[in-house]
Amino acid sequence: MIPMQPNIDTLDLLIPRDTHLEFFYQARPIGPYDTTIIDFLDAWSKRLLAHPECRVYPDVVTFAFWIRKGNIRRFRQEFFQKHTESIRLGRGIVFHIAPSNVPINFAYSLVIGLLAGNANIVKIPSKAFPQVDILCSVLEDVLQNAEWNALKGLLVLVKYGRTKKDWTDWFSSFCDVRVVWGGDQTIEDVLKSPIPPRSFDICFADRYSICVINSDELVQEPDMHAVARGFYNDTYLLDQNACTAPHLVVWLGNKKNITIAKARFWDAVNEITNKEYNLIAVAAVEKLMVFCREAISDSTVIREPVEDNTIIRMNLTELPNNLTSVRGMGGYFNEYEASCIDEIAQIVTRKFQTLSYYGINKQEIQQFILNHRLVGIDRCVPIGKTLDFDVVWDGWDLVITMSRMVTIL
Amino acid sequence: MYDISDIQNIPPFSLGREQKELFLSKHLRDLTLYHYQQCPEYRRILDAWPFDVNVDVSYKNLPFLPVRLFKEYELKSVDEQYVVKQMNSSGTTGQQVSKIFLDKETATNQTKILTKIVSDFIGSKRLPMIILDTRAVLKDRNLFSARGAGILGYSIFGSDKIYALDEEMCIDFESLDAFLEKHSGEDIFLFGFTFMVWQHFYKELVKSRKLLDLSKGILIHGGGWKKLVDEAVDNTTFKARLKDVCNLTKIYNFYGMVEQVGTIYMECEFGHLHAPIFSDVIIRNPKDFSEVNIGEEGLIEVVSILPKSYPGHALLTEDSGIILGEDNCPCGRKGRYFSVTGRIKSAEIRGCSDTYATKY
Repeated sequence: MIPMQPNIDTLDLLIPRDTHLEFFYQARPIGPYDTTIIDFLDAWSKRLLAHPECRVYPDVVTFAFWIRKGNIRRFRQEFFQKHTESIRLGRGIVFHIAPSNVPINFAYSLVIGLLAGNANIVKIPSKAFPQVDILCSVLEDVLQNAEWNALKGLLVLVKYGRTKKDWTDWFSSFCDVRVVWGGDQTIEDVLKSPIPPRSFDICFADRYSICVINSDELVQEPDMHAVARGFYNDTYLLDQNACTAPHLVVWLGNKKNITIAKARFWDAVNEITNKEYNLIAVAAVEKLMVFCREAISDSTVIREPVEDNTIIRMNLTELPNNLTSVRGMGGYFNEYEASCIDEIAQIVTRKFQTLSYYGINKQEIQQFILNHRLVGIDRCVPIGKTLDFDVVWDGWDLVITMSRMVTIL
Repeated sequence: MYDISDIQNIPPFSLGREQKELFLSKHLRDLTLYHYQQCPEYRRILDAWPFDVNVDVSYKNLPFLPVRLFKEYELKSVDEQYVVKQMNSSGTTGQQVSKIFLDKETATNQTKILTKIVSDFIGSKRLPMIILDTRAVLKDRNLFSARGAGILGYSIFGSDKIYALDEEMCIDFESLDAFLEKHSGEDIFLFGFTFMVWQHFYKELVKSRKLLDLSKGILIHGGGWKKLVDEAVDNTTFKARLKDVCNLTKIYNFYGMVEQVGTIYMECEFGHLHAPIFSDVIIRNPKDFSEVNIGEEGLIEVVSILPKSYPGHALLTEDSGIILGEDNCPCGRKGRYFSVTGRIKSAEIRGCSDTYATKY
């Protein structure tokens, strides 16, 4: 039983404007990687890249490139190679709740929902972001074209404040899949709105990420700047506040190489942060707070003497179990020198998401994950690639999860 | 460690830069060592800093704690049994409040020093006093709110005392008129918290259209401008409006916090906040916490020689401010004078977690 639709005037935004929300629950799915969807995304991409302000926002550019035909076709090909025999359709209606403080996330979520063959209701961030404005206005423009009329029943963007629970209640009441991005608190709040018995949630909770560097290899790196650039993009680009951003840097290798590698690596990072990173006062104070908390809870930790507040490094002599609770921002790193990667296994919890690495081969990482039967770490990527979005996220193959397999014997 | 009787008689605005530097450095270094020995959490922070408590450095180079730390930890440098008072910052419901633990010595010293500082502005003679607040604030004496503590602290300057607001936060005109009648011709001391004065005294007075003559009044108020900024009321407007409604012309703001009660920063006749010899402000660059030049804006660190029962002698606030000058204010008071320019903003912190969005 679907509750009554809340008053439409209480929505802050609705795209496309002429959407008949009251009929949205009747939307029907299509197959995964539908060519119309792929063409539509390519059109959206082209219009985004042509937008005069697009280049100002690297995250918008990255997104626009990600939804280009070439890239999506690659995913499509892989998908149909893997899943040859089944018949698939989207699950029906996906209700996406984007985090309030990341501008671009809602767009990726929407794209995955479309690629899986679903009709999508997307709650966009309630906070104002220029990136969101660009994405939305261009999307509206593209949808004006009659060529994409088929898309109209498959997506709707809504905006409403945190307190308007009746909308969340309503959309939840008829969705087949609910995707909740955002912190643990947001998830807790959203889960209070019931979904139909056969529907399910995909929740992206707060995560913790680490970086593992093999010093024996790094000391031979001819382009330290490129490595530092990758690390900068992984961390500072989103104030080290993305769940993919490493908070612990583990150094492997012989002691002498570690010392050399650390010095050269951090010098190179410092060179970039000096030029490009603007540490706001709130972050500086917050880093001092985190430092005090960590010092109080761990009597062995010592701060690396620093020139300024941009890169705060804490030397750990042992790996404490509560490391994930010490979470800095804007460049606050715990560092640990390990004799081998296996030493990390003891602290890996379900909260661990991304392991970014340098100078370690895939087999080694595979062995590490399997041998220790880890409950956490969902993705391992080279330094610099942590923010690259993928159809597999947090351990879910999202297109598979958001689609329904039909068997015919 | 100092004995309060040795220093309380030094006039509070009498030391020039070099003398004050020596004076504060000595006492604040002593306190750093003392808290290092007495407070285990403080000790761990200094060990991790890392900071050597045995080196002689200027007070400007001593470690400082973020003031918010007192909201998360119960930091004490005395045994529980010697705690005579716990003071809490006033926070709205749901907000964490600072918890400050006072022993007899620290509590007494706070009162003595506060008296010295305020007397420099209103004289040492006790005056009839109007408290621009309600008696209800003091009801729970065990739980000292910043407001209650402030009122009690300043009450020592009053001879005959009256509360201007009743329990419903309405102006008690009847009692006020009688009080002013009784003390006509005398100087009157008024005290209140900035927001309370504005919201419940000024606004109500305007609404009532009643006449109140406070031309003989001296108002001291503090507690922050955060709520008034939303209404676009600054210090100048505040003064002008109060003068309009009740002829009150002597109005002094002060800057201070529950984490360093006693050493307040009073505004002089020229509108400058002044650091007495018992405390100081250091303006730091958020980028590296170095001290900025006179005239440049930065984060305010406050140091005070009073906190002995808790490690609050050097605190980094979340306020920003500017040093306007040192030893050369036209009012004649020595030491640094400054202005508070606001509170640091959470701005747009990016990331996928909602932890920070809700924290600020």
